[in-house]
Amino acid sequence: MKSAKLDRRRRGAVLAGLVAAALLLAACSSGSSSGSKTSGSGSSSSSQALTASAPGITATTITLGSHQPLTGPAAPGYSEIAPASNAYFQYVNAHGGVYGRKIVYKYLDDGYNPTTTATVVRQLVLQNGVYAMFDGLGTPTHLAVVSFLNAQKVPDVFVASGCDCWDAPSTAPYTFGWQLDYIREGKILGQYVAQHFKGKKIGYFYQDDEFGMDGVKGLDYEIPKSMVAARESYSPTNVNVAPQVAALRASGAQVIVSFSIPAFTALLKLTGLKLSYTPQLVVSNVGSDPITLAGLLETFAKQGGATVNGNQLINGMVTDGYLPSVGDGSNSWITLFKQIHDTYDAKAPFDGNVLYGEAVAYTFVSAMFKAGRNPTRADLVSAIEGGLPQGPAVAPYAYSSSSHFGITGTFMGTISNGVLTEEGSALTTDTTPTGAITSYSGTEQQAPASGVPSP
Amino acid sequence: MRLTPMRRTLAGLAVTAVIVVFLSVKLNAFRDFQIAEIATYTVAVAGLTVLTGMSGQISLGHGAFMAMGAYATALLLAHLGWPFIGVLLLSGAITAVAGAVVGVAAARLSGPYLAGATLMLGVALPSIANAYPGTFGGDQGLNVVYAAPGFLGANFPLTRWQAWVATATALVTLFLLANLNHGRIGRNWRAVRDDEVAAAVAGINVARTRVLAFVISAACAGLAGSLLAMTTALVAPGAYTITLSITLLTAAVIGGLGTLPGAIWGSMVIVLLQTYITDVATSHGLSATVGANIPIAAYGLILILVMLAFPQGLQGAVRRLVAGFAQPPERRGVPGGPSPR
Repeated sequence: MKSAKLDRRRRGAVLAGLVAAALLLAACSSGSSSGSKTSGSGSSSSSQALTASAPGITATTITLGSHQPLTGPAAPGYSEIAPASNAYFQYVNAHGGVYGRKIVYKYLDDGYNPTTTATVVRQLVLQNGVYAMFDGLGTPTHLAVVSFLNAQKVPDVFVASGCDCWDAPSTAPYTFGWQLDYIREGKILGQYVAQHFKGKKIGYFYQDDEFGMDGVKGLDYEIPKSMVAARESYSPTNVNVAPQVAALRASGAQVIVSFSIPAFTALLKLTGLKLSYTPQLVVSNVGSDPITLAGLLETFAKQGGATVNGNQLINGMVTDGYLPSVGDGSNSWITLFKQIHDTYDAKAPFDGNVLYGEAVAYTFVSAMFKAGRNPTRADLVSAIEGGLPQGPAVAPYAYSSSSHFGITGTFMGTISNGVLTEEGSALTTDTTPTGAITSYSGTEQQAPASGVPSP
Repeated sequence: MRLTPMRRTLAGLAVTAVIVVFLSVKLNAFRDFQIAEIATYTVAVAGLTVLTGMSGQISLGHGAFMAMGAYATALLLAHLGWPFIGVLLLSGAITAVAGAVVGVAAARLSGPYLAGATLMLGVALPSIANAYPGTFGGDQGLNVVYAAPGFLGANFPLTRWQAWVATATALVTLFLLANLNHGRIGRNWRAVRDDEVAAAVAGINVARTRVLAFVISAACAGLAGSLLAMTTALVAPGAYTITLSITLLTAAVIGGLGTLPGAIWGSMVIVLLQTYITDVATSHGLSATVGANIPIAAYGLILILVMLAFPQGLQGAVRRLVAGFAQPPERRGVPGGPSPR
């Protein structure tokens, strides 16, 4: 009996210790409240000493934050993006940093759940005092924090989503898009379809949210209504797309334009095969990364007890790309990013997601150089509004004080043997129904030899 | 001086209120946000602990009731522009009505069948938002726009105001639930929980007792949903998945099923653990991808450890601790001392 009593006491003591420790931790971690300092004119002179010119900037570091789907339904593929950005930042840090400051990139998991996004972003801004939000991923997730970030006057740069919602300079002056928006992409895909598949029946397959609906809006600007035989949407939470595919098949659509994430592009293809329905597929960039797709096709087929050759299945798929093709070994950007990937992020496959993460990180570093030696938060915003060099993108950025859209164009191409081959030059356009689609005449930039954008 | 149970509850709540106000002023804005989150979950978990711990019914669908409260709040604020306190109470009332409807069905079910029915509610209800994107905003949800009242001054931090509102709601809710629990209704709940037949023989209307527990529990979840909408400024279906329902139940069990202070401990665990463990994991050189998965594993581990070490949950442990230190051993268990359950 006595020992039992002692045991109880001991447990009690352990608990008391735990409670005390928890209180201590809570008290300790409260020290880092971030006041907003507004010094630093942003003028750059190489002799100027490095100062803590803004929250999140010290004489030696720049701290960035981000919310990313590291777990949950959107994690496959997308969880590679932030580590790839970080790999590029590590490369820059090892090669002189940004005016000598090292970039610290703190990205937290939100599981693609908007409420978790709201929590982790508040943690990053209010607790960790980040200088800027960088590449926050997802439309529903990021929409949850746009007003908070703008109220806190935190630069919210290069959101990883092609929603046109990031272009709102009057209501969200601190928010900037980066990747090609879905309306522009829809227009360019739509024009290609209208020109190349004249007289054929077209079917739409799209995600039932901002992503799919913006894409369809762009498609409808270019494809005559009479050509569209069926419009089928899917919800990303329901993996059974058989009803939609059956409806597309019944409509007699010979070409399917798909605004889908990679998993649903694969499901569309496999479900079609089951119904012996193999229309020509035209897929948005988001859902067409060949390496991701081939892998998904093989995995899904295996789960269904079949063996397929992923690369063979996506042969001939038409898609677009606003960054150079991953398989293009002669491109200077691909060479640079592949090399950085092999050094700092070798565990991930070198695919479209990794390329995306490195390219957007490059754009951020070039904006930081432009913002000056001792930048305030507002300096970064005006640096981007002043326009950025094209960098790895295949078409120029739209950045100005009246536009917070990013990349404005893309090339069209066809996938063969797991590689996207470009067809013709890049096309650019705007987001209006009547805005012309023009072929981009400027030359693409070459990657700098140092791998770091010049100030 | 001898303290009656209600006086003890009031004293405890007053002390908690003072601590929270002190912390909210002393700590930074993110801690205020976390205090608001803890208070919010406390309301929901307290409601669930009444349902499961006191009246013996299980619900795997409480996330759905929170969603109802949250959407009610977003829609009422957007369309009526009422002051927040009115919206909060009305959201609770609306959810209570929904709870009554579900409760009538639930009163006919028990055990795994009730678990199944509520699970279905938890899975299906959030999808309604996707089915009617025009009203509910689809996956993106609705923004909740409101500001701290003007009399606090223009520079009063919004997060501190949220922490106060959420804490006040939590304390009032806990007081009212404690009141119910100590009275006739609480005795009826426990009687029904322990033996339905005996309770019926003793003249208790079993069905009505169970439905009442469901209504009160749902109202709490509705209030919590309303508070969550206010704190995160957003209502989206992604927040109210089945994971939330399970998390609430986990919090109730870790804190101590059927004990109201346990709701506070459980909520602290689910709110603080995520941030804390991710921080520790990443600061020890684990990649963020690995670090992100650790809290999920940690929940499971903590649940197992708590169940092994303190089968009555954290509140059970606290009681034992208080009993061990505050009273001479020979008085333990006599009337007037803390009851063992």
